[in-house]
Amino acid sequence: MDKKTIRHRRKKLVKYLLIHAVIIAVVVICVYPLLRIFSISIRPGDRVISADLSLIPSGAGIAAYLRLLQDTLFLRWLWNSLIITIATSFIGVSLASTAAYAFSRFKFPGKKTGLILLLSTQMIPAGMLILPLFLMIMKLGLMNTYLGMIIAYSVSSLPFSIWILKGYYDTIPRSLEEAALVDGTSQLGAFYRIILPLSTPALSIAFLFNFTTAWNEYLVARVVLFSSRQYTWTLGLFELQGQYITQWGMFAAGSMLVTVPVLIVFLYSSKWLISGLTLGSVKG
Amino acid sequence: MAEVRFSHVTKKFNENMILNGVSAEIKDHEFVVIVGPSGCGKTTLLRMLAGLEEITAGEIYIDNVLVNNMHPSKRQIAMVFQDYALYPHMTVEENMSFALRLMKLKSGAISARVHEAAAILQLTKLLKRMPKQLSGGQRQRVAIGRAIVRHPKVFLFDEPLSNLDAKLREEMRVEIAKLYQRLNATIIYVTHDQVEAMTLAGRIVIMNHGIIQQVGTPIEVYRKPANLFVAGFIGSPTMNFLYGRLQAEGEKLFFKNDSLTLYLPPFLLADAARNAGREAALGIRPDDVVIGPGVREDCSEKIEGILEVSELLGHRENLYIKAGENRILAAVEAFFNQSPGSKVSVGFNYRNMHVFDKKTQKRINNS
Repeated sequence: MDKKTIRHRRKKLVKYLLIHAVIIAVVVICVYPLLRIFSISIRPGDRVISADLSLIPSGAGIAAYLRLLQDTLFLRWLWNSLIITIATSFIGVSLASTAAYAFSRFKFPGKKTGLILLLSTQMIPAGMLILPLFLMIMKLGLMNTYLGMIIAYSVSSLPFSIWILKGYYDTIPRSLEEAALVDGTSQLGAFYRIILPLSTPALSIAFLFNFTTAWNEYLVARVVLFSSRQYTWTLGLFELQGQYITQWGMFAAGSMLVTVPVLIVFLYSSKWLISGLTLGSVKG
Repeated sequence: MAEVRFSHVTKKFNENMILNGVSAEIKDHEFVVIVGPSGCGKTTLLRMLAGLEEITAGEIYIDNVLVNNMHPSKRQIAMVFQDYALYPHMTVEENMSFALRLMKLKSGAISARVHEAAAILQLTKLLKRMPKQLSGGQRQRVAIGRAIVRHPKVFLFDEPLSNLDAKLREEMRVEIAKLYQRLNATIIYVTHDQVEAMTLAGRIVIMNHGIIQQVGTPIEVYRKPANLFVAGFIGSPTMNFLYGRLQAEGEKLFFKNDSLTLYLPPFLLADAARNAGREAALGIRPDDVVIGPGVREDCSEKIEGILEVSELLGHRENLYIKAGENRILAAVEAFFNQSPGSKVSVGFNYRNMHVFDKKTQKRINNS
């Protein structure tokens, strides 16, 4: 083996090791807090605040989980969150998919301005929208209701979903809809029979975005909801934080449990995220 | 099957005039090819007939029924798109049966029609495949199959072969010709390829700048081009054009430019006195350029030229000749055996010579 080949291989190995070191570091940074929360959630109640770094502490158990489920309204909060999140996701994706189609395919006055306005809403910090949202929901008489929350969440995630879907629709050849029109569908029929089935990757991304945003949201919920029974889990968990004492075990157990729905949705929708579905439909 | 009639059809995009009062009639069972360069409005005309483009003014009739505002699916047409436009999430069978399912036909009838079309197009073994699993030629056949199953009144083809490679294009051209013989349908076929137009068409409609330049059989538009555009567009290699002025000397008419004087016999262009003084263009197809010494009755007097380049194409050879300021392309039998730079005698076949008025661009000789 000549020196050049050895040097090349060494360079390749260093590059390989560096890349993997970075990947491992990122994974550790992401996973470590989760493992610590899991560790705290299974500690006995008298050892929650401890310098012990072992993942499974001595005397580990599910006492915190049981207390959370039995002594608090956690299941109710989880239910509230689920209702609001699922409704928000479906309404958000439905509205965005049709609005994005209009932006992608039709010419109408204010189209460009509308798109820029939608984009500009994403540049405003979420905190600034709290007051107008509060006033709007209050005027509608929807304070402390599911509907109020669903409206607030749907409208705030619509712009992003519209942009994602519009971008995807733009890549679908118009000739597919035209072929469908000649074949006998209406414009709406072409959208439902041809465009929507082809857009599952983008629809999945929009759904996931809507779902995770609504599921993890705290600020708007804090303003709109005020009775404990209507709380979402984000507000509910803060109930466990007292002025003098915080139930860290239950807090950690709750944090672990709320990741489950997101995980299920993500794993389920990942199969729809396969792109390249339009391959082979047109020339090439 | 049906007749199609365009009556003063106009299309404007903003202020751009795409089609300017196009009128044409396509007869029952006729294979008409609309040909022209990119941007001439041929695809727009086809899309207007399909109902995919609004009509600014004028009328379109299918079987004497005004279809201007009729939904595409009600026009009883089927269209084959340039990019195939197969539904990627459906199998070949589902693609072909899509329109029939929308018509709510019985499943037995749908299956029979799909299998009949598949048999014609040799797609039977591919029915369960997805479009992405097919080659370009197979996809094009599926697109044609999707049109056939509907039993439409008129078939519309929008540059269907332009995405295929040269060999496959040739094969598909023959397939389409066979299909026409079998279906005996009314077909309107749009292309920019004059070879496709010449080989497939019963009649050719030649368009440029949104205006129909000429309508005729392939041999008519080849032998008697109506104007300079048609003469230059139809035929490969392209027609030679010599520009100059017509001059009369007594009863005789001559074509003259700075480096050339050619006698034009009365059977080519009569009435010397009336035509004298006209700015004109002579059109001669490369096949009608006669090389070498010797006198022929139907041939012009010989002029001297210099052979600049020769291209051997197998059975034919293209000779690029410069005669004074005139550049002439001659297509002759292979193995001309003259090297570039050598002198050649060039004559033109009067029988296939064309004279155009340079100002109006129109052909002025009658023969």
